[in-house]
Amino acid sequence: MTKLWRKYILWFAQEHVDFRISEFESIVKMFGIQFRPVTEQTLKPFWLVEFPDEKTALLYASRSIALRAIFELYAHSNKFSQFHERLRAHVTGNKDELATYFRPDTSFKITVETYNKHFSQREKIEKIETMDYLPIEGPVNLKNPLVEWWYIEFWGLDPTAVPPEPEEILFGRLLAHGQRHLIKELSLKQRKFIGNTSMDAQLSLLMANQAMVQEGDLVFDPFVGTGSLLVSAAKWGGYVLGADIDYMMVHARCRPSRISQKIREKDESIRANLKQYGCADRYMDVVVADFSNPLWHPRISFDCIITDPPYGIREATEKVDAKANSKDSTRTDDMVHYPSTSHYSLQSLYGDLLEFAAKHLRLGGRLVCWLPFHREDYNPEMVPHHNNLTLVANSEQRLTGNTSRRLLTYEKHSQYSVVGATQVPVATPSEDFRDRYFNSALESRKERRMRKAEQRELGRAEMELRGKVPSDGRAKKCELNKARFN
Amino acid sequence: MKLSTYNFLTSMAIKGVKVGFPLKLTINKKEEVESEFNPTFIERLLPKLDWAAIYGAAQVAELADDIPPTQPENIGENELLLQKLHHLLFEIDVLEGQLECPETGRIFPITDGIPNMLLNEDEV
Repeated sequence: MTKLWRKYILWFAQEHVDFRISEFESIVKMFGIQFRPVTEQTLKPFWLVEFPDEKTALLYASRSIALRAIFELYAHSNKFSQFHERLRAHVTGNKDELATYFRPDTSFKITVETYNKHFSQREKIEKIETMDYLPIEGPVNLKNPLVEWWYIEFWGLDPTAVPPEPEEILFGRLLAHGQRHLIKELSLKQRKFIGNTSMDAQLSLLMANQAMVQEGDLVFDPFVGTGSLLVSAAKWGGYVLGADIDYMMVHARCRPSRISQKIREKDESIRANLKQYGCADRYMDVVVADFSNPLWHPRISFDCIITDPPYGIREATEKVDAKANSKDSTRTDDMVHYPSTSHYSLQSLYGDLLEFAAKHLRLGGRLVCWLPFHREDYNPEMVPHHNNLTLVANSEQRLTGNTSRRLLTYEKHSQYSVVGATQVPVATPSEDFRDRYFNSALESRKERRMRKAEQRELGRAEMELRGKVPSDGRAKKCELNKARFN
Repeated sequence: MKLSTYNFLTSMAIKGVKVGFPLKLTINKKEEVESEFNPTFIERLLPKLDWAAIYGAAQVAELADDIPPTQPENIGENELLLQKLHHLLFEIDVLEGQLECPETGRIFPITDGIPNMLLNEDEV
């Protein structure tokens, strides 16, 4: 049996490295793919993995965002001589099977990819020529070859310490590319309706993979915003439903985020976004609702909940709240009333979110959400937990020097029972992310402004010493404006 | 708002309301949107829906002739009924209208196809 398994090269983009392993795990679980790792699953961009057959390998590539391309491995080694020996042995050993690729009418192309070291075109051709023992008979076709082989040299990860010899030399046949083209296709730059907190295409696709969204799943985002997470979920076949407390946002009437745009266009909406990518049929609805209050029928269960809750930095954390008010109300019944909101602490927000997921996910369904935190006080203890949910993945994305956010993936493993019986208090950071963000930065905004002003003053003094007359930028601008109106 | 979503919404957030379901639906303006018929999805969705509320929505949308008052058995084999359910649940979009809490009479407006389920401070 073992003989039938094949080795494949997985080539990953060296971006969001921390998300790669959990994405791989989610995809193999979603499709029930069997695999055996050959090399350790490290942070290197090339992995060797065994799959039972080519179909399985292609299935994996049909979903992965982290993957650049997948190759059927012919030979690999960390020494040139051994590499060529092995490649020669592979080609002669699998003569019958490889015969189709070496036929006179099979056009081909060999691509040379070197990681962490640059080679000129001439040197690359020389590398190809070292493999002159390959029994290739077909014509070269660089544009549209029938078979494409890749010769890969991996020269370590550190550009300041390139080793004298490559760490790995690989050769394989290109099977398929990953789904990275979707990052461009769903790019926010071309999207109809975006806001300040729209999630970029790559991360929202990764989130949908973490949530294991599949054809016909019911997907919910309780903090929907501009619906960026719904777009990727719908792209993978999910039927999407969203809710948000912000009336203006849900109706796409809030202030535009694009610098070139003064007012929102009439036809901007979350539905228009889905229509733009051909997923209009997947749009269920969006609702204006406050997440801190129950709204959904107890019977409803979602297959996935994907969300990016507000952290209080770019988007306020809000809920409708009762406030003590001694004044007499002057409003009449027919007046439009906007309920006042109060701060919704991250602690209670995550508590509510996990409780909601435990109640409204189907068994085996997943909750995927972001948790912001300050890097210096992170410890695994502060990740919220719930008795009915298992944390299956936790990957970090750096935001600034001292802040980060983690993408948390939970899976519901047991049926929710009445509150109090199984629920464990949620442990979240004691202090609010927002307060820390604005108040305990390394330097306050005022300090920073003063420091910058001082620097400018120093620069000006130096210029004068060199005999240059510093121009007054502000005065210049005023002049220009005056000239315009005269 | 689609009539499938109508089936998910309750008014139980209002102080003192226990069930808050089904909400009383009024349609002032609706639109028919065409969408792809996916029988598997409807079958998966049905156990999450309340049949009485489906039937209620059908009456308001003037489609009651299509939907039986009680849920028939083996619905998965009845392709015609699934198609009618698809039309009712996904192709009717309520643009203007309202939802009324059955216990308190509180009204939630639907504007531009989006229901506003926000409550006032004194109601939560």
